[in-house]
Amino acid sequence: MKSINRTIEHLKPSGIRKYFDLANAMEGVISLGVGEPDFDTPWHISAKAVESFEDGHTHYTANRGLIALRRQIANYYRNRYGIAYDPDSEILVTVGGSEAVDLCCRTLINPGDEVIVLDPNYVAYEPAILMAGGVPVRIPLTQEHDFKLLPEDLERAITEKTKAIIVNFPSNPTGGVMTREDYARLVPILKESGIYIISDEIYSELVFAGEFCSPASFDEIRDQVLVINGFSKAFAMTGWRLGYLLSNPELSGQLTKVHQFVIMSAPTAAQYAAIEALEHGMPDIAGMCKEYEARRNLICARLNRMGLTTNVPNGTFYVFANITSSGLSSDEFCVRLLEEQKVAIVPGTAFGESGEGFVRISYATSMEDIKEACARIDAFLETLHND
Amino acid sequence: MTEPSISGQDQAILELLENDARLNAQDLADILNEDAKDVAHAVRRMEDQKIICGYHTVINYNKVLRDERIMAFIEVDVSPMKDQGYDHTAALLAKYPEIDSLYLITGDNDFICLVQGRTMFEVCQFVADRIAVMEHVQSTKTLFVLKQYKQSGVLTGAARTANSEGRLVVSY
Repeated sequence: MKSINRTIEHLKPSGIRKYFDLANAMEGVISLGVGEPDFDTPWHISAKAVESFEDGHTHYTANRGLIALRRQIANYYRNRYGIAYDPDSEILVTVGGSEAVDLCCRTLINPGDEVIVLDPNYVAYEPAILMAGGVPVRIPLTQEHDFKLLPEDLERAITEKTKAIIVNFPSNPTGGVMTREDYARLVPILKESGIYIISDEIYSELVFAGEFCSPASFDEIRDQVLVINGFSKAFAMTGWRLGYLLSNPELSGQLTKVHQFVIMSAPTAAQYAAIEALEHGMPDIAGMCKEYEARRNLICARLNRMGLTTNVPNGTFYVFANITSSGLSSDEFCVRLLEEQKVAIVPGTAFGESGEGFVRISYATSMEDIKEACARIDAFLETLHND
Repeated sequence: MTEPSISGQDQAILELLENDARLNAQDLADILNEDAKDVAHAVRRMEDQKIICGYHTVINYNKVLRDERIMAFIEVDVSPMKDQGYDHTAALLAKYPEIDSLYLITGDNDFICLVQGRTMFEVCQFVADRIAVMEHVQSTKTLFVLKQYKQSGVLTGAARTANSEGRLVVSY
């Protein structure tokens, strides 16, 4: 048989797979390894999808998505984050944020182009860059600086070959958030270099203190930014697979071309549900956020008491806990914790080399499970001390 | 009567406990970034003030004891008393342990009570012998519960209770 595409062949499988297989084969596991909300989609949103079926909306939509949805997205970004996008020429509805990541990479990257990613980072960015023929260049982030991107590190990483940078704040896995002041220090560098900024803002609604800031809100670089967002995390709609991509008209046209040939249009029922989400779902977000915040406080307080020093993250539903005091590597820590105490978490190294010494703990699970998991982690640390 | 004003901390504690009465002082303190002793004290104080009146468990009786638990809503029409309005009759009704909850309502009748019993006969007897014969009670109307679908915000119907149990055990 002929060989397959070399890039695909050499693509490393996700570092999460091993834990998934281990945890899946065990009984009584408490999982703090989940990257999606534990809440169900609010029913009034789901009901709109059911209604759309009843009304016979079972056909393709426009390639860019329903105009009514694009208008809602435009309203949302204008009212919530103060950034104006034209629903006709600057908004593209995608199959989740994942498709949007892939579209950005395919549309921007020529073979050999460098794309800067932050380390640790969301696991899908580097494969998307590689599949598009690009070269990922990592900037390590540190706990000391709250896992934020610093101007000096950005400046150092940009070369003649740099085409784009992918940022994801609030961050999966670190929970770190960049404030307006943080971004303001990067803007001159970004402007000067002219590189594209792919800003994955999927966790934008899950910020606990202060305001979310998008790099697109800086007029100087607005047209260099490709904003990725969607409905999965904010409205607990992961299974609906619906996201969107905001960019200048020229870019948006090119992105739409790829989307048109690869996807045609995002699922129609999900688009109707999404209109309802943006129109009437904001109170649902507030309720879920409040619960996440309570869980975050509980879990951070407990981890810190156990000696796992943890920056209290200002966003997402993840805690990136420092486990170096255990004397174990991230991988050993996670495997042993799973095998000995049946708690599933994800090693920081699944998100990049700089994740060594950390573990990602998701609190998108019930308070009862979080409390029990903390007790088990405590018991695990006890056995380590007694070893 | 003026209600006692309540602090932000008390309100936060109440909101948390209303959702999950099993949160202990340390849990509450961790969630609220407070001291566990302070929180324990606040809870005790609110218990003493009868702001917190009890801690109950939501039980799905569709699943257990379904042949031994009957619930009925009893609408009660009464004539209000001079100076006392409805409060006197309400106080008498509330003394019966059979009455789980009691509300003064708008509409055709004055009170609605949730009554629990072991059998339909027992509930009927209670209504006939105790409530209907009370002074000032004009009439009663008994509505038996056939099936419970939701209680205190929790879905208890046997029908689909969509949930996140189907989530992947580990995902990014």
